[in-house]
Amino acid sequence: MYKYDTYDQKIVDERVEQFRDQTQRFLAGDIAEEAFLPLRLQNGLYVQRLAPMLRIAVPYGMLSSHQVRKLAHISRVYDKGYVHFTTRQNIQLNWPALEEVPDILAELASVEMHAIQTSGNCIRNTTTDQFAGVAVDEIEDPRPWCELIRQWSTIHPEFAFLPRKFKIAVCGSEEDRAAFLLHDIGLQLVKNDAGELGFEVFVGGGLGRTPVIGSSIRKFLPKQHLLSYLDAIVRVYNRYGNRDNKYKARIKILVKAWTPAVFAERVEAEWEHLKEGPSTLTDNEILRVKSFFTAPDYLEINPLESANQLAALADENLGFSRWLERNTQLQKQSGYRSVTLSLKPAGVAPGDVTDQQLETIADLADHYSFGELRATHNQNIVLTDVVESNLFELWQQAKQSGLATATIGTINDMICCPGGDYCSLANAKSIPVAEAIQRKFSDLDYVYDLGDLELNISGCMNACGHHHIGHIGILGVDKKGKEWYQIQLGGNANKNAALGKVLGPSLCREEITDGIEKLLDVYVENRIADESFLSTYQRIGIEKFKERVYATSS
Amino acid sequence: MPQVLRDNQVIQDNWIAVDESLTNLPSGDILLSYDQWQQFSDQLADHDGQIGVWIEGNTDIEAIVEPLLELPLIAINFPKFADGRGFSIARLLRGRYKYQGELRAIGGFIRDQLYLLKRCGFDAFKFIDNTELSEAAKSLKDFSETYQVSADEENPLFRRR
Repeated sequence: MYKYDTYDQKIVDERVEQFRDQTQRFLAGDIAEEAFLPLRLQNGLYVQRLAPMLRIAVPYGMLSSHQVRKLAHISRVYDKGYVHFTTRQNIQLNWPALEEVPDILAELASVEMHAIQTSGNCIRNTTTDQFAGVAVDEIEDPRPWCELIRQWSTIHPEFAFLPRKFKIAVCGSEEDRAAFLLHDIGLQLVKNDAGELGFEVFVGGGLGRTPVIGSSIRKFLPKQHLLSYLDAIVRVYNRYGNRDNKYKARIKILVKAWTPAVFAERVEAEWEHLKEGPSTLTDNEILRVKSFFTAPDYLEINPLESANQLAALADENLGFSRWLERNTQLQKQSGYRSVTLSLKPAGVAPGDVTDQQLETIADLADHYSFGELRATHNQNIVLTDVVESNLFELWQQAKQSGLATATIGTINDMICCPGGDYCSLANAKSIPVAEAIQRKFSDLDYVYDLGDLELNISGCMNACGHHHIGHIGILGVDKKGKEWYQIQLGGNANKNAALGKVLGPSLCREEITDGIEKLLDVYVENRIADESFLSTYQRIGIEKFKERVYATSS
Repeated sequence: MPQVLRDNQVIQDNWIAVDESLTNLPSGDILLSYDQWQQFSDQLADHDGQIGVWIEGNTDIEAIVEPLLELPLIAINFPKFADGRGFSIARLLRGRYKYQGELRAIGGFIRDQLYLLKRCGFDAFKFIDNTELSEAAKSLKDFSETYQVSADEENPLFRRR
């Protein structure tokens, strides 16, 4: 993974000192609350329902074991001994003290981490596929490009006070695992007819109150022009995005108002002045950054022998075989697999891990996956490079630490925002809903029979739980001070992404799990062969689901 | 005397902002809104001091830029600090249009934006409140290294590292 040089380190260190000074001046009463707000937000610090919340950047989801141990240490010393993995591959501390935040940031800087621009109206953490570099369907490793974007966007002088937050995702594979069409800018790595590398550029995607799927504004942007083209897009947005109404301030509203074609013209006109300027990437720089993302030192494996051994172990042990099926995945290197450590055991808020579990995760990464790991936007952890002969041992150790819940990709692997338990924006709680669903569907045979099913829960329409793109989406709404839940069906973030359709009137908390069960019954009764929930829904439409759920209550 | 932070120094500010209601120009160095500048255009040739013009961050700068470039001072108003449009206008004036005169931030910007404002090409800062200027000047030096191209750095870090 990328290693800081003295320049990168200096910038992050100076950021810590800048914020330390700002915090001291704020505590001394020399900075007004209103002026301190964007300063703390751009350093990851929110004020939440119960306490401040600090969001730590995990650039494109990559972490080293060394960094994870530091996070465990920070959570013990400065917080309550656990952290939360978010849907943007970041990490949140729920209980830091404002006075101590500069010290936390200094600890992070000591392991090449930071919280820069994890909140506020600026360019946020760039996200990508958790299987980047090892995915079998990869066109090009997106991580070097994410790192180049990270550096370009870090303390960008022109774009620190945008109309609204701004998110970029890069997809390097055939299948989309980065939800890149639902970002302010989505970049798809592509090759042109001459075999040259570049990007198809999408703008104006996003979730939130007004979910929109991004529009392509350029079919092929040669790779060396990436940064100047991003400058052009963000400059047009900074100048013309709506600043009067925060609900109309995202770039998607501007793109829609102008139409994607007109927006593209404006960007191209701006880019004419920037193209071939000093921000044009050099071959040297591309090679320098790529050199950090090379394949690890793989062992030479006899694939047939390895597969046979695995099959034998799986035959003997049902638990292992289930985990192997759901929580591991083939990768480019034969004889190796990517392993997903689940952060979704029933009874724990999805994405929460304790300091002890973090230590275990770091150890597992060191022993089994070259000391590196990834945070996923599904709020799990991935070890990308595990040799198959180590899987059984890894499974046993992960199981002991509660990290081997074998439900990846199923209904119980839901995405869930912190909701009304923590978040001051939320209209309703989301964690208890997730838990109720996991408890209701605790029969693993049933869960496996349902197969791939994405269930996403947001506690409000800001959509941090990505409910618009769940096959089943649940949105918490407030009605006269009571918590209600709207159900949406058919959303997905695949290449032909779609936003979920509202099923009907909201259900109260007590009705949710029964409602979900009825949806699943309709699926099971109507599916053909091994058709997935999403495919069945796409074939039969929403009516049958609707009739069943509302049959008794109408 | 009013003061301004300019080129990292606290200096006396000789520029007089002209109230919109005035019908005659005061003498000395005067700062006019773009509309005033248009309105008084026939009096300006005989004026006894320098003329500067202030514009808003949402100005369609491309349409009006040519005559502005001759001025010794252009000011960009920040209606509130969270309105970042002035950063882009400054980049355009310094970068694309090679404006050489004083580029002054006025209005509701805050001390903690000075470093970014400076990088976008501002060299003078006129606070709307009583911010202590020599203290605020420290924020101009928040960082000693930077990744991007900007008004004060013609090459990105990757061409220098």
